[in-house]
Amino acid sequence: MPTLVSHPDEVKVISRRFGMGATDIDKYVELDGYKAVQNAIAEGPEWIINVMKASGMRGRGGAGFPTGLKWSFVPKQSEKPKYVLVNGDESEPGTCKDHVIFLHDPHAVIEGTMIAGLAIGSKLGFIYLRGEYRYLLKIMEKAVADAYAKGFLGKNIFGTGVDFDIITQSGAGAYEVGEESALMESLEGKRGVPRIKPPFPAVVGLYGGPTVINNAETIAAVPHILLMGGEAFAKLGSERNGGTRLFGISGHVERPGVYELPMGYSLRKAIYDVAGGVKGGKKLKAVVPGGSSCPVLTADEIDVGLDFDQMGKAGTMLGSGGIVVLDETVSIVEFALRTISFYQHESCGWCIPCREGTDWIKKTLTRVHAGGGSKKDVDNVQYLAENMLGRTFCPLGDAAAMPTLGFVKKFRKEFEDYIDGKKAGTPIITVDQLVGAH
Amino acid sequence: MPDVTFTVDGNKLTAPAGTLLIEACKSAGIEIPAFCYYPGLSLQAACRMCVVRIEKMPKLQTACTTPVAEGMVVQTETPEIAQARKATLQLLLGNHPLDCPVCDAGGECELQDMTFKYGAADSFYAEPKNHREEQKWSPVVYFDRPRCILCYRCVRMCGEGMDVFALGIQNRGSSSVIAPNVPAQMSPDDLAHVDCEQCGMCIDACPVGALTSGTYRYKTRPWEMNHVATVCTHCGDGCKTTLGVRSTSDGAEIVRGDNRDKSGINGDFLCNKGRYAFDFANSPDRITQPLVRNSSGVLLPVSWEQALEHVGKKLRELRDTRGGKSIGVVGGNRLTNEEAYLLQKFARTVLQTNNIDHHRTADYVSFAQALAGTTGKAASQRDIEKSPAIFIIGGDPTNQNPLTAWNLRSNVRLNKARIYIANTEEIKLRRNAKAFLHVAPFGYSALADLMSGDDSTLESLVQPGTNKQVALDFRAALRAEEEVVVLIGSELRGGDLKKVIEFGTKLPGRKFALLSDYVNSRGAADMGLLPDMLPGYTPITAGSNLATEYNIATEPGLDMLEIFDAAGKGELSALYVVGANPVARFGVDPAALRNTFVVVQEMFLTETAALADVILPAANLYEKSGSVTNSYGDLQQVNKAGDRAGVRTDFEMIVRIADKMGANMRALVPFGKGLHADMGQTRGAQSGEADRHAVWLTANNLEPRLSPFDPMAILDEINRLVPGYSLLRLQLLSGNDQHLSPAAPSDLVQITNRRDLVLPANDGLFTSGTLGRYSAMLADLQQNAASRTAAAEQTAAD
Repeated sequence: MPTLVSHPDEVKVISRRFGMGATDIDKYVELDGYKAVQNAIAEGPEWIINVMKASGMRGRGGAGFPTGLKWSFVPKQSEKPKYVLVNGDESEPGTCKDHVIFLHDPHAVIEGTMIAGLAIGSKLGFIYLRGEYRYLLKIMEKAVADAYAKGFLGKNIFGTGVDFDIITQSGAGAYEVGEESALMESLEGKRGVPRIKPPFPAVVGLYGGPTVINNAETIAAVPHILLMGGEAFAKLGSERNGGTRLFGISGHVERPGVYELPMGYSLRKAIYDVAGGVKGGKKLKAVVPGGSSCPVLTADEIDVGLDFDQMGKAGTMLGSGGIVVLDETVSIVEFALRTISFYQHESCGWCIPCREGTDWIKKTLTRVHAGGGSKKDVDNVQYLAENMLGRTFCPLGDAAAMPTLGFVKKFRKEFEDYIDGKKAGTPIITVDQLVGAH
Repeated sequence: MPDVTFTVDGNKLTAPAGTLLIEACKSAGIEIPAFCYYPGLSLQAACRMCVVRIEKMPKLQTACTTPVAEGMVVQTETPEIAQARKATLQLLLGNHPLDCPVCDAGGECELQDMTFKYGAADSFYAEPKNHREEQKWSPVVYFDRPRCILCYRCVRMCGEGMDVFALGIQNRGSSSVIAPNVPAQMSPDDLAHVDCEQCGMCIDACPVGALTSGTYRYKTRPWEMNHVATVCTHCGDGCKTTLGVRSTSDGAEIVRGDNRDKSGINGDFLCNKGRYAFDFANSPDRITQPLVRNSSGVLLPVSWEQALEHVGKKLRELRDTRGGKSIGVVGGNRLTNEEAYLLQKFARTVLQTNNIDHHRTADYVSFAQALAGTTGKAASQRDIEKSPAIFIIGGDPTNQNPLTAWNLRSNVRLNKARIYIANTEEIKLRRNAKAFLHVAPFGYSALADLMSGDDSTLESLVQPGTNKQVALDFRAALRAEEEVVVLIGSELRGGDLKKVIEFGTKLPGRKFALLSDYVNSRGAADMGLLPDMLPGYTPITAGSNLATEYNIATEPGLDMLEIFDAAGKGELSALYVVGANPVARFGVDPAALRNTFVVVQEMFLTETAALADVILPAANLYEKSGSVTNSYGDLQQVNKAGDRAGVRTDFEMIVRIADKMGANMRALVPFGKGLHADMGQTRGAQSGEADRHAVWLTANNLEPRLSPFDPMAILDEINRLVPGYSLLRLQLLSGNDQHLSPAAPSDLVQITNRRDLVLPANDGLFTSGTLGRYSAMLADLQQNAASRTAAAEQTAAD
């Protein structure tokens, strides 16, 4: 189990109960737990949505869509049951923030789910964890069972006459089901491939019913936001980027870990102050700022605030808050190959540009990495990535194309030098493994 | 849906709101390329070929998933779009084997066509292609993974279209592979199999050469064939099929059956028989020389002239000495309308006998009588696709009338049609039904009572132990429907059939159809291959135009069973069998025909042919031209595709025999009419010229001079004399279907106490009467199905 880290610049909202034994339901209640949901029952859906809108909360899964607005899209009247779905399929390389939430504060997820349900008029929530989080699923399952035992879930919760149920579900181990509609397919027991949109989940979602699907961190923040007030939460962050979020800082830093920082916090400070700087005093080479799908930033580009808008202006993304720090020893060729290998492995295969594009980029980079590249290969990789971008069925193709483009554009010289033999590499995947791999 | 106006490539277009952009463009003649999009199947948006630029949208959008909207501005061919499509093709071609020179789909491949259009021929990959070995999934379905572009058409066609779900996807990413429902690792023989209806629709839908047909693969190239649109000879649905024909040393061999012409009543559909079971035509067992039995009882080959001379002389002699009433005639269910009409006319006017019958597979006489005097009450095959509700009594369309089943499923899927099924068996279609009434064995009579409002026999209708209320609710739901097509299986006959229809005709919005077994079972009845009915169900006893024109005896002749009874009693001097196998079908004792002169026109040495004194080798439906009428009364044209040296059409043989008998040929076949015009004497096998000329001539009110061997001459007479067959010849010759509902005027039809003599063949997916026995592919499929069942049992036992 990772140890908890801390830094004075942190503003602990979501992580307030981390390390305080809040997995125990009594402890959770003692730490103001299940208060927000009772307020929510008393105040009603409109109030909840207004608080969420005022909070400036933007979806923590990576797309940054305003949460209050998303909830308000769900039709009030529906013939089919409405659902709340918690996306705990945290699979983006470099990201481990939901992990600590499930580990330390599972009841916040449950409470947030209930509040989301109240907001949209749903009586059933699903908490979906990635397949690899089976050990966390046990924690979630116990928390749900405890909540039922206390009468916080089920019929007539808190004696208010309101019913709400929660079902937990584990995935089977596919990055693709982090995409909301693919997750619904998976939850329904089908192949985890995305659905055609529109219709969007708010109208036709899980089992055809209107569905709100939110990232686990977003959901876990909801009880806190309700208790402190939307405006108060918004004030913590930067303009149009309310509150705080969990950043997982990993790679070549002195103090890797998950830190809760205000939105808009400086990336440079996050690396050099919060995470203690580059490990061993080495030179910073590059930063992948928001999970592996975000275009890389060079050492010169880190003077940027960590929020959705500033990162967008810097030509990259805030993404899922997974900051990967690379020092001068890292081979970008190898890093690019590792990155594309992940997406090639995780491509669901549904659409041509992603299925074939990731495969050909991986094959080409494998050969380049093994020392058999030519300069034309760099052009080809760029051509492939450019022609995947924006052309695929779901964002996975973009997630593979964007970092690849970042690498070959910003580090083109390193690729060319590598190909020229100025720097030898050791193959991480042999050509034998490629030939006849299928 | 109200119409919306939008702009595509600068053209202002209008379409109903909600229409998919790709379809709206297609209607306006703007083609947007796509691999995965297939009209009528669920949307995939997987191939990304149909991307277009829509104003105000940040990314290229897929035209296959975008509904048109008011004011939408769309570009479909810009450099950006062309580049996107080219890149997608380059990605596909990266792993595609490019074995086009030997690929079955070469020349008919959508990937080739698009590469040609977008110029993605250059490849820049140095790595080896992903490869997998080819797999044989069944005798008719082969899968070549490297060629597959993963458009999922096959998966959807099998699941959504066929309701079989034999195919799925294994693995993910670039390892994704289309896999059958019995993957190799789950199969006792370590091979992958499809346990399915073997319809071949997956092959048909495949845009490339990944799925290939067991009958066609590696046989020829598409451009080496002529493609002839005709009608499948097998079941009563009458699907349009396109036969690929190639010249051989002794004629023209049919090498492929498919439905590339989607204008037919079958639209996208063709079943395994239409697709593969043309191979009887190429069977080495075919008789290709006339055979005459010599005095020692041995069949010896003779010349056509000798054979016809012998038959003509003998029949004339027997007619003149023992009387026409001593001669019996049996026609077939796969003859054209023109042949069936000519046969009965020949029998009645030349042989002077009404002893004429055919193997009746449904009671069309009762059907016609029940509908007599009504209009618009006979359903066409196309109604099955559209009617909001369908009531199926008896029958098993999935196995016996696959197109009907396909249309029913499509109607449920696309239009949310409601299907009501009443059957003694739990037929597969009940999976698509809104309501299913499980009828007790022999309960159809009680069902007819129930439907006509008589509840007294309810006890014998429902399965023992079932609440009778179920049947009453079923009827109530049906009565509440405003528009219903009632589809009747051949189990319902005579009074029961009439009861169902007569009650239904009193309700508004009811239409009826009666299912039968073979391509022209309906036509055989319509054309009067019956002892007591002239064409168009005109009772022979009543004075009618036909009877007057024929100038014949008006007492009914012997029916099928009476003919063979008469033979057994030595009262049958001659039996003329055209395209039928009554000896096997009705279990006739061969000894009964000992003293009868038997002439059989056949393709094969069937049980009946084996007893013949003369066998005349016949062409089959794929080797002749004319028209056929399906179960629903939809008339379609058949065109000569194959050819086999030594055989003649039944039409030609009847004409020649009549001539040899000294008949008045102009009275039998009104030939030689029309202005002199060059349309050729034989109707076109390969060229289609004659048909094209005929279309032009008819459109210009001209008529070619008709030869006595031209079925067109008889078609004119059918058109003129047969009630209900006032057809549009131009429609027919253009290859369109037209719906007819033949029925004599209601004052003529009151015949009671007649035997229906219906004997359904109950063919399954892999059988087709006597003919089916000569299809090697059907035999293979039967054996495959049997061995798969055995394997499944073995696995279950393990």
